[in-house]
Amino acid sequence: MESLDIARWQFAITTVYHFFYVPLTIGLAPLVAIMQTMWVRTNDERWLKLTKFFGKLLLINFAIGVVTGIVQEFQFGMNWSEYSRFVGDVFGAPLAMEALAAFFVESTFLGLWIFGWDKLNKKVHLATIWLVAGATTLSAYFILAANSFMQHPVGAVYNPETGRAEMESIWAVLTNNTVLAAFPHTITAAWLTAGTFVAGIAGWWMVREKRRGNAEIATGVYRRGFRLGLWVMVIAGVGLFISGDAQAKLMFEQQPMKMAAAEAICETPDGGTPFSLLAIGDFSNDCENVNHVLSVPGVTSFLAKGDFNYQLSGINDLQAQYAEKYGQFDENGKEINYVPDLTMTYWSFRLMIGWAAFSAALALAGLWLTRKGRTPDNKWLGVLGIIAIPTPFLASSFGWIFTEMGRQPWVVAPNPNGIADIRMLTADGVTTVQGAGVVLGSLTVFTIVYTFLTFIWARLIWRYMAHGAPATVFDESPEANPDRENDPDAPLSFAY
Amino acid sequence: MDYEFLNVLWFILIAILWTGYLVLEGFDFGVGMLLPILGKKEKERRLIINTIGPLWDGNEVWLLTAGGATFAAFPEWYASMFSGFYIPLLIILISLIIRGISFEYRSKIESVTWKKWCDTGIIVGSWVTSVLWGVAFANLVRGVEMDANHQFTGGFFALLSPFALLGGVVTLLLFLQHGAVFLALKTDGEIRAKATALAAKFSLGSIAAAGVWAIWGQLAYGKGWTWAPVLIAAGSLVAVYLTNRKGKEGWAFVFSALAILAAVVFIFGSLFPNVMPASNNADYSLTIMNASSTPYTLKVMSWVAVFLVPVVLGYQAWTIWVFRKRIKVEHIPEPIGLESLSVPKGTFGA
Repeated sequence: MESLDIARWQFAITTVYHFFYVPLTIGLAPLVAIMQTMWVRTNDERWLKLTKFFGKLLLINFAIGVVTGIVQEFQFGMNWSEYSRFVGDVFGAPLAMEALAAFFVESTFLGLWIFGWDKLNKKVHLATIWLVAGATTLSAYFILAANSFMQHPVGAVYNPETGRAEMESIWAVLTNNTVLAAFPHTITAAWLTAGTFVAGIAGWWMVREKRRGNAEIATGVYRRGFRLGLWVMVIAGVGLFISGDAQAKLMFEQQPMKMAAAEAICETPDGGTPFSLLAIGDFSNDCENVNHVLSVPGVTSFLAKGDFNYQLSGINDLQAQYAEKYGQFDENGKEINYVPDLTMTYWSFRLMIGWAAFSAALALAGLWLTRKGRTPDNKWLGVLGIIAIPTPFLASSFGWIFTEMGRQPWVVAPNPNGIADIRMLTADGVTTVQGAGVVLGSLTVFTIVYTFLTFIWARLIWRYMAHGAPATVFDESPEANPDRENDPDAPLSFAY
Repeated sequence: MDYEFLNVLWFILIAILWTGYLVLEGFDFGVGMLLPILGKKEKERRLIINTIGPLWDGNEVWLLTAGGATFAAFPEWYASMFSGFYIPLLIILISLIIRGISFEYRSKIESVTWKKWCDTGIIVGSWVTSVLWGVAFANLVRGVEMDANHQFTGGFFALLSPFALLGGVVTLLLFLQHGAVFLALKTDGEIRAKATALAAKFSLGSIAAAGVWAIWGQLAYGKGWTWAPVLIAAGSLVAVYLTNRKGKEGWAFVFSALAILAAVVFIFGSLFPNVMPASNNADYSLTIMNASSTPYTLKVMSWVAVFLVPVVLGYQAWTIWVFRKRIKVEHIPEPIGLESLSVPKGTFGA
C-alpha cells in the first residue's frame, strides 16, 4: 500500500470511530438538559433520577468523544500536509473558531456540571448543561462549514502565484448553502441517535420494572424517558427527511457525479432517472456489470428537481465532462478516473436511508403502544428497544462514508459554478515527507487504541445501562443544604 | 524585511495560546506524574485526581486552540511542523488519549485492577507528554533541516539532539514543580506537606536544568533582548523555591506560572521572525511572512480571537474560583463506581 491509501484508511477509521460517539453527545446533551430543566421546574425527583441516569451515560460517551477528537485537529497537518497548505487560508479558520467558540465552552462547563452539583446555585448549574448542549451543536456547525468547503468551495479565490486557495469572505464560507443543508441533517441525525438511545434503554427498563411488579417506577420514571425519547425520534425523523431532501437537491447540482454513483446510473437515460431499490453485480467501477433489478421510474429525477422526467447525466457522460474540464491525465500521464467507488457509494447511500427510516418507524410503534397512559410489559418490546439502539449510529456512519467516499477522487471537489482552480485530488493532498512505513505504524496504533477504547466504552455503557437509574436521589444544591456551607469537614457530594 | 502588523500579532497570539496551554495543562501533567509518588492509598489518589478533575479537559482545549490557530494563521507552519514532527506528535496524541480516558473512566468501576490500569494510563501519559513537549519546542528553537519548499527533510533521530533532549528534561522538571506547587496549594493535610517538600526538590532541579538549557539556547540561538525572559525565568524559579519554603503556596504557584510564561517568551523570542527555522539554509526558513495566511484571514481571526480569548479566560478563571476550596482526604466521599465491569447474572433474564 502507498502512503495515500494508508492515510485514507487512517482518516476513515479515526473519523468513523469519532463520529460514533459525537452524534450521541450532540443529541444526548440537550436531552439531559431537558430532563434536568423538568426537575428544576417541577421539583419532581423522578426527573432527577432520569437526569442522573442518562447524565452518567452522557459522561462515559463524552469522554471518548473528546479524546478521539484531539486527533482530528492534528491529522490534517500530519497526514495531509499538502492539502493543509492548499486550503489552510480558508479551512483553518472554522477549525480555530470551533476551538475558541465551542470546544472551550463544552469542556469547561461540562467540568462545572459534573463537579458543581453541590457548589452552584440550582439554576446556574442547570445553565451549565445547556451551555454544554449549545456548544456541542455550535461545534458541529463549524466543523460542517469546514467540511462543506471540501464539498462545495465558496468564498475563496485562487492565487496562481502561490497555487493556493485564499479566503475572500468568511461570511460566504460560513453560509455556504452546503453547510446550511448539512447542519440540520447532521443535528437531526444526532437527535435520532440520542432519542433512540434514551427510548431504547428507558423502554427496556420500563418493561422490566413493570414485569417485576414495580409499576410505579415503570410508569413514573422510565415511561417518561421512553416517551421523551420517542418524541425526539419522531421529530428528528421528520427533520432528517426534510433536510436530507434539501441536501440531495443541492448535491445533484454541486456534485452530480456523487449522485449518479449513488444510483449507479451509468448511461444517461432518455427520460427521467429511476430510483434504484436493488442492483446486483460486480460494481468495482465497471458500469457494464451493474444490473438494476428493481427500480422506481423517475423518482431520482423527482428527488433532484421535483420533476419525474428531468434528465440527469449518467456516470459515463459526467466522466467525459470532467475530463474535458479538469484534465484527462494526471502528472504521470495516467488517466484520471473521476468516478467514486460505485459499491461503496451505492450501498452506503441506501444503508444510511434504510437504518434511519427503520429507527424512526419504530418510534411511531412505540408511541402507539404507550398511548393514553398505557405501560406495556411485553418482553419483546424491551428487547426491540435494545436492538434498535445501534441503528442510527449505523445510519450516521454510512451517511458520512457516502459523503466522503462519494466525493472521491477529490479532497476538494470543484464547484461547478465557482472557481475551477479551487480543486484538489485526494492523491495530491497527502503528506510527502513521511514514508509509508511510518504512516502504517500510525494507522496500526490508532486502529488498535480506538478499537480497544470502543470495546471499553461499549462495556461501560452496557454496564451502566444494566444498572439503571439511581434508587434514591436528593437535592445536592447549596440552597437545599445551607448547613454544609458552615461545615468545613463536610465531604464533597461528588468526587471521582 | 518588513513585517506586517497582523503577522506579528498572530505570532504573539500563538505564543499566548501555547502559554495558556503549558501553564494550565502543565500543572495537570505534574499532578498526573506525581500520582504514584504522593498517592499511596486509594483515597489519596482520588484526592490528587480530584484537584484537577473539573479542570483538566478545559486546560487541554488550549492545545487544540493553539493547533487550530496555527492552521488558520500560519498554514505552512502547521503543515511543515506537523508532518515533520510526525512520530513525536503521534506519541503525544496517543498519550493524551490514554491519559484523558483514564482520568474520566477511573472512577466508573471499583475494581483494583481497573484502577491500576487507569492509574498507569494517567502516569505514563503525563510523563511521556511532559518530556516530548520540551523536545518539540527545543527542536523549533534549534531549527530543523528543510528543503526549498519548507518540507522537513530530517529524520526522526535528527529530532533527538542533546539540546532537544535537555529541553525534554526541562519541561519534565518544570511540570513536576508546577504540579507539586499546585497540589500544595489545593490540598490540605499530609499530601500538602509532602507536595511542598517535593516542590522544593523539583524547583532546585528546574533551576539547574532550565539554567543550563536557557543559557545554551540563549548563546546559540538567542537575541540581545531574550536575555530578559531568561533572567525573569531564572528569578521566578528562585522565587518559587523561596516562597515555597516559606509556605506561601499561592505565590509559589504564581512564580511557577511566570517561569513557564518566560520560557515561552524566550522560545518565541529566539524564533522571531522565523516560525520554523531551517538549520541547513536560512533561506529555507518559514517566517511569520512566508508561512502566514492572507491579511484578510488574519484580520477575521484577529477579531474572533480578540473578542473570544478574554471571554474564555473569564469563565475559566471563574471555574477555578468555583473549585477554589482546598480539599483533603476526609473530604473524599464514598466511591461512586459500580463494583465490576461485568453485568450481574440474571439482569437479562425474566
